[in-house]
Amino acid sequence: MGDKQRRATMVNSRTGEARVHEARRPSSAHEEGHRIRKPRLRRNAARAGGPRPREHSVTRSIATAQTILVVGGGVAGMTAALEAAECGAQVVLVEKSPTLGGRTALLNRYFPKMCHPTCGLEINLRRLKSNRRVRVLTSTLVVQIAGARGDYTATLERKPRYVNERCTACGECARAVSARIPNPFNYGLDTLPAAYLPHAMAYPQRYVLDPSIIGTPEADKAKAACRYGAIDLDMRAERLEVGVAAIVWATGWKPYDAAKIQPYGYGRFRNVVTSVEFERLADPHGPTGGRLLRPSDAKPATNVAFVQCAGSRDENHLRHCSRICCMASLKQTQYLRDAGASGEDAGRSTIYYIDIRAIDRFEDFYRKVRQDPAVRFVKSKVARIAQDDATGDLILHGVDTEGYRRYAERHDLVVLAVGMQPEDNAGLPADLALDASGFVEGSRERGQFGAGAASSPLDVNRAAQSATAAAMRALSVVRERAAAEPASPT
Amino acid sequence: VSETRTAAYVCTGCGIGEALDAPALSKVAQREGKMAIVREHAFLCSDDGVRLIRDDIANEAVTHVMIAACSRRAKTDAFDFPATAMARANLREGVVWAVAADDAHAEARQEMAADYVRMGCAELKKIKAPAGNAPAAANRRILVVGGGVSGLTAAIEAADAGHDVVVVEKSASLGGFAARLWRRTPAREPYAEPQPTGIDELIAQAASHPRIAVRLESRVAETRGAPGRFSVTIAQESGATSVEDVGAIVQASGFTTYDIAKLPELGGTCPHVIDQAELEVLARAANGGPIRRGDGRVVKSVAFVQCAGQRDDTGRHLPYCSGHCCATSIKQAMYFKDAVPDVDAVVLYSDLRMPGMGEDFYRSAQRKGVAFTKARVSGVEPNDGGCTVRFRDLILDADAAVDVDLVVLATGQVPSAGVDIDAPEDAQADVKPVSILNLAYRQGRDLPQLAHGFADSHFICFPYETRRTGIYAAGPVRRPMDLAQAVDDATGAALKAIQAIENAAAGRAAHPRSGDLSYPIVRLEGCTQCKRCTVECPFGAIDEDDKRFPVFNASRCRRCGTCMGACPVRVISFENYSVDSVGAQIKSIDMPDELSQKPRILVLACENDAYPALDMAGHTRRRYSPFVRVVPVRCLGSVNTIWVTDALNGGWDGVMLLGCRKGDDYQCHFVKGSEMAIDRMSKVADTLKQLGLEPERVITHEVAITDVARVPELIDAYAAKIVEIGPSPMKAFA
Repeated sequence: MGDKQRRATMVNSRTGEARVHEARRPSSAHEEGHRIRKPRLRRNAARAGGPRPREHSVTRSIATAQTILVVGGGVAGMTAALEAAECGAQVVLVEKSPTLGGRTALLNRYFPKMCHPTCGLEINLRRLKSNRRVRVLTSTLVVQIAGARGDYTATLERKPRYVNERCTACGECARAVSARIPNPFNYGLDTLPAAYLPHAMAYPQRYVLDPSIIGTPEADKAKAACRYGAIDLDMRAERLEVGVAAIVWATGWKPYDAAKIQPYGYGRFRNVVTSVEFERLADPHGPTGGRLLRPSDAKPATNVAFVQCAGSRDENHLRHCSRICCMASLKQTQYLRDAGASGEDAGRSTIYYIDIRAIDRFEDFYRKVRQDPAVRFVKSKVARIAQDDATGDLILHGVDTEGYRRYAERHDLVVLAVGMQPEDNAGLPADLALDASGFVEGSRERGQFGAGAASSPLDVNRAAQSATAAAMRALSVVRERAAAEPASPT
Repeated sequence: VSETRTAAYVCTGCGIGEALDAPALSKVAQREGKMAIVREHAFLCSDDGVRLIRDDIANEAVTHVMIAACSRRAKTDAFDFPATAMARANLREGVVWAVAADDAHAEARQEMAADYVRMGCAELKKIKAPAGNAPAAANRRILVVGGGVSGLTAAIEAADAGHDVVVVEKSASLGGFAARLWRRTPAREPYAEPQPTGIDELIAQAASHPRIAVRLESRVAETRGAPGRFSVTIAQESGATSVEDVGAIVQASGFTTYDIAKLPELGGTCPHVIDQAELEVLARAANGGPIRRGDGRVVKSVAFVQCAGQRDDTGRHLPYCSGHCCATSIKQAMYFKDAVPDVDAVVLYSDLRMPGMGEDFYRSAQRKGVAFTKARVSGVEPNDGGCTVRFRDLILDADAAVDVDLVVLATGQVPSAGVDIDAPEDAQADVKPVSILNLAYRQGRDLPQLAHGFADSHFICFPYETRRTGIYAAGPVRRPMDLAQAVDDATGAALKAIQAIENAAAGRAAHPRSGDLSYPIVRLEGCTQCKRCTVECPFGAIDEDDKRFPVFNASRCRRCGTCMGACPVRVISFENYSVDSVGAQIKSIDMPDELSQKPRILVLACENDAYPALDMAGHTRRRYSPFVRVVPVRCLGSVNTIWVTDALNGGWDGVMLLGCRKGDDYQCHFVKGSEMAIDRMSKVADTLKQLGLEPERVITHEVAITDVARVPELIDAYAAKIVEIGPSPMKAFA
């Protein structure tokens, strides 16, 4: 069989499959695995009458390579996937964790509206549920990309979730196990059962068993508690291959490791926390139920220092400016205002900064915070932080560069506004150009694109905008490919 | 047209079977709900359970399915039956997980579940699966207004994706502001030197693109229609006009620079004080050599004054930051340093804003010897041959002055967004704004502006969602931005335009109800031409004809149902969501008598935020009063007051509306739905008075999706309040 013909068959089976929400299409990890293509089984299966998708699961549609691979299921990845799919493209959306939502799902509120990230997430999830063109693969990593613009083969690896699509999210498994793990969605600030739903808005709405309990009686307890046969302790990691025309890298960001900024004492002083941890403290779903409590003694924090550029704008750490941290700290000062503590010291904040980068319309928010008498600004890069062991308070040392005044200021909690760095670009294809900080600039042949915080330190609004642009670029590639390829037999 | 055949399925999984008497619920569905088929299943979302339903659809000609199981937000993959009408009674999150599991609550729990089954059956009989509306046209061309970098980028992206594009540019040449630049700031590694603008290549690419037509010296004289069928009149400066049919529009109308004549305190009227745009002219003239100012003298010292007429707290100038100006001044300082290294170049700033890798560009300027001083500039005045800049040095905390040959004011971007349709015409600026789009829309000629004249989206997660479907602002007209961001922004806008065309062609809704095939159906014979729908539509989707009847433009509509909520004569409905489909639910419940001490409270909950919050309350087993019956609504704006008066007349003891935050920082996905609901409810107060009912019988709360703990508290507090004021006297008449 000629190459062209073979490709048509391949593509046909793929696009038929890619209709993720097609009626009754089981969406378990296991099932999904079979339904893309496995190495070895692939290529000949559909043509040779091998294992075909079950009849009800297939609606044959546009049969050319209209598939985009989106890597990363945070706000940028979801946006890129949905925007492209709502233009008619087929999308495979791959996320390494067990749920979509990414880091924004771990934020309490967005600046400048002080609205909740889950509000937009709900809309995006509803778009996803009603769109059959997006196929979601969670707990999945990209292992390898081969091929060229318009015709890539991506090798994916699905980690076992140990819970299949029969899960109803009833929660009986979580109640049955006694093992607990550090809660990754609260940055390890608390623990959760080793059988867990990642968070309240998790998608898919399906529990996960932590690998640490597999092979232990805990896993058996979970399995015994499930009345729906949803726990499959024999699940194994599996490799899948997908053929795609274009790839959007929306792999996101991670907070800079604050412990590397030695003089700030993170990891040594319990009341020095990062901005992302502070966000969890403020969140009603977080470890303190939304109360801003000091880790050392669970007393309400009322005199908080925000240390800007913790890692950013520093050639010893991150050379770039992370853009969002100024706005994040301005926002977080308002959490203290909302916390409702009483007395003279209620909700006081001090922001230690180099420049306040409240860019464009965000200036309005900065102005509002500046007018708040409970918020003080000190232009200074903090030199060092010491702990008063008796109280757990922190003493910040440095020089106020406006007037060159040395200070030693006491605070009951320090929030390090840690910088953003690319989540993990170790496995990115060599063809991708990265900037000096490792952010994705795009592939030289313009078949792979960066989106969101994988491409630059961006806030949510700009990440969504960047992802929409990436979706456009990817859509052009698939349309070009579709136009070049003869319609496949139906 | 096939006959309606109904079927109800009661799931007994997830504890439903233990907590509730499922056979009794089946009986309710059969006897009261009049369902033709009623089945129970222990695990309805399993393959086996779904097959049961699917087989009934295939073999029993079932067209309408009522699923009494979990929330409509759960198991959507499993319960997905195309072309089948579906209602879902939320027994799991809404009853079993929300009401205490003890025996004391057994009766209340069962009553609640039975009511949800009644409501599901009632709703089901009033809806059909939306068939979608046949598009009036599916024009795939795209109009781009503006021939600058944003417009050209959008045009090329759309054209490369296979769409024909018409670019309308008011001036005689393409390129916009970028064509006036000598160099641009770098947008990729290495972030060290000013870069060629690339504008000539971009212009050439657009001009030679087979799918792109360019109309120079032209403006949009009129835009009518809707996505998929816009008809745009283009007027040339010569007076000639032509009509272009397009499917979607990208508005990349750019910006003007803030007029430095408005900044006399910064020497804006002095000869050797110029703005950044003017410096680009000098740099182009210098062509890489020493830069000469207007009088021909080579500049040996230059000061850049940042935030000139920007970030202004006095209300006289621009309140915002334009974002690009710090990088632009750094780039321009490099023009001087690169040509003549011993030129003194100082940047006077308050916060230097170089996000991302811009930091490297900043470092590069420092290496080149550009000086940076944190300062508050108090004045610029002419001196012999140059200017004196007076400032407060914020580092030394002392007054200082510097004499320079040239002062460059970093002024801001003023968006060219056209007419502010929300402002009264006479209140507008001294220079009357010229409309960009000249929309023949009931609600005004241009895109609504968000703040400071920018035609931006209010939504953080959805930057392109302007309030006119199929028209997308891109570039500095949307938000202050630099070239690199304008390119990205325009690329995204091109996608949104393509998407609007695809949606219009398929007859489906755009964001946030993406893919929704329902659309407003109006019985014009009952219409009283009151115009409430045309005025209140948050998206300007409804026009008026010569006789002042509403004209619905389905592809402009976002399916929020605000028109349905507004209509006093109730002639507007959707196939799967109508005054009847909710009204029937309200009337369907088993209303206990006034002696029963079982109040009934109707909760109309926004499906985007309040309803998910209630779901999550169920998931976390937060208990709330079993006296409430929750009906999800598309938006509080879709709530027709008849539902409230019907409920009160029907003996409901209280009505609770749960919607999103309103006001400046509104969170309503349909812009003003919750605001309008509250406005309408204020009118219900009169009705309450007439009926002799306490004003507390109807209340409204703003809630957020995260109010997982608060919403149950609000419900319980309200239930307690209702118990306190006693049963509704209307019960006796119900």
